[in-house]
Amino acid sequence: MATSFKDVRRSRVGVRDPAGPVIRTELVVDRIACDGFGMCAELLPELIELDDWGYPIVAAGGVPGKLLDHAKRAAAVCPVLALRLARVPVAAAPPERGAAGWHGNRPPSVRR
Amino acid sequence: MDPRIFAGPAAPSGPESHADHLARLGRLPTGRDAAAVIPVLEASGLLGRGGAGFPVGRKWRALAGQAGGRPVVLANGAEGEPLSAKDRTLLRLRPHLVLDGALLAADAVGADKVVLYIGHAHRDARASVKRALGERRNLQVRVELLEAPDTYVAGEESSAVHFVNARDARPTITPPRPYERGVDGRPTLVQNVESLAHAALIGRLGDGWYREAGRDVTPGSALVTISGGTRDGVREIEIGTTIGELAEQAGAGASARDRQAVLLGGYFGGWLSTERSWDLALDPIALRGAGSAFGAGVVAFLDNDRCGVRATSRIMNYMAGQSAAQCGPCVFGLRAIADATARLANGVPERDDLARIERWSQQLAGRGACRHPDGAVGHLLSSLRVFGPEWEVHQRRRPCTRERYAETDARSAAAIGDVA
Repeated sequence: MATSFKDVRRSRVGVRDPAGPVIRTELVVDRIACDGFGMCAELLPELIELDDWGYPIVAAGGVPGKLLDHAKRAAAVCPVLALRLARVPVAAAPPERGAAGWHGNRPPSVRR
Repeated sequence: MDPRIFAGPAAPSGPESHADHLARLGRLPTGRDAAAVIPVLEASGLLGRGGAGFPVGRKWRALAGQAGGRPVVLANGAEGEPLSAKDRTLLRLRPHLVLDGALLAADAVGADKVVLYIGHAHRDARASVKRALGERRNLQVRVELLEAPDTYVAGEESSAVHFVNARDARPTITPPRPYERGVDGRPTLVQNVESLAHAALIGRLGDGWYREAGRDVTPGSALVTISGGTRDGVREIEIGTTIGELAEQAGAGASARDRQAVLLGGYFGGWLSTERSWDLALDPIALRGAGSAFGAGVVAFLDNDRCGVRATSRIMNYMAGQSAAQCGPCVFGLRAIADATARLANGVPERDDLARIERWSQQLAGRGACRHPDGAVGHLLSSLRVFGPEWEVHQRRRPCTRERYAETDARSAAAIGDVA
């Protein structure tokens, strides 16, 4: 039976691809663009809460398959397009990073 | 351990000339020999000295294998950390060692351009580097000297690249990270100037030589900036030297009873009580295990009669003021933390200020384009751990056990003072 593109993508969420690393979908906030409109938290309260100033706090651990459509909608309604979904390989061991400095090397968690 | 970076003429004789530098150290490896330095650097275990401690050899290798145009080397001497003076001191006294490191890096990764990014306020350092450049002939690469703005985040690597490209020293969203796409859109090696100076020595003397120093886990020597003693300033230490030994050398006491606490790393670093850390090795691994950081080599002792809450409050106020003001959580979160810590420091807190800063300090990490908020709340969390009882005293409006509330900021400014 032919498998649709969508099915293939879905099947890869959080699933170990035998040929590669674990891939999962994550919500990524462009912190510079984000103006704290808060619509994402209204549409996706399961994964996004707002801090005391109205800026999103995204739950760790990626987007579960059953919330994928809600997550897409949340990304689509952001007035400044600061929220997007990214398919991210989950590294077995995160790259070494500085303990406390903002100079710290972030894990390459997102690829454009 | 004999000095390595500061081997050669003593500080009062000023910058070392190129002729003296060459007579003392010999020629720098070039061409194929420069490329061969990458595995040597990896074997040396040299960690970056800008604050993050990323392995230098691994960074150079990533650059050497990067597609996307000829790489650029950005030697980072912005040094915006108020408690640090080691980079400007190094640039002033050993400009040729830093130039060597930058040129070696350029050769090793195939770069045709070097940008020397040095803090605007570090006038002597820039003058020394300018003079040193004048002493060099036949440079194979283009070398530019650029003044970094005097802000805390100007030295963050994406800020540095942004400034070179657009004269705007504010962080940018990553990825792409500078090693992928940086100056002029080309792969860029952003490396702290002290890291480059060590690389210049390792390139000549080898990884075996480098590893001869180091007492604990991490090999080598490091530049540190000490304050809170009677002989403050920049020193080169063997990595693994204990906090107590350093205190003794710097006139900051002979036992843990002589100082209350020590701030390591810098404003983005962490506090430790002297009681629990006097015999702790100044080694990135050991410090991480103790909940602090080697960072940029800052070691700042806090006197027994100073208030840790007030010291933290001043630093939080500074960090809030130094936000690049681009990301909401950093702008509003750090300001709110600074205001609450100021009320606590002055003994006039609102009812739940302490609970609020505890909550906020858990919420901000990872929510900025750069790690400025992470650094600030990391500092605050360490302060809450180390000075916990004092924070409680302040929240309850009981008399501060170290200073009087009415005392001016000027006095506590001397407690954790900015290094001139």
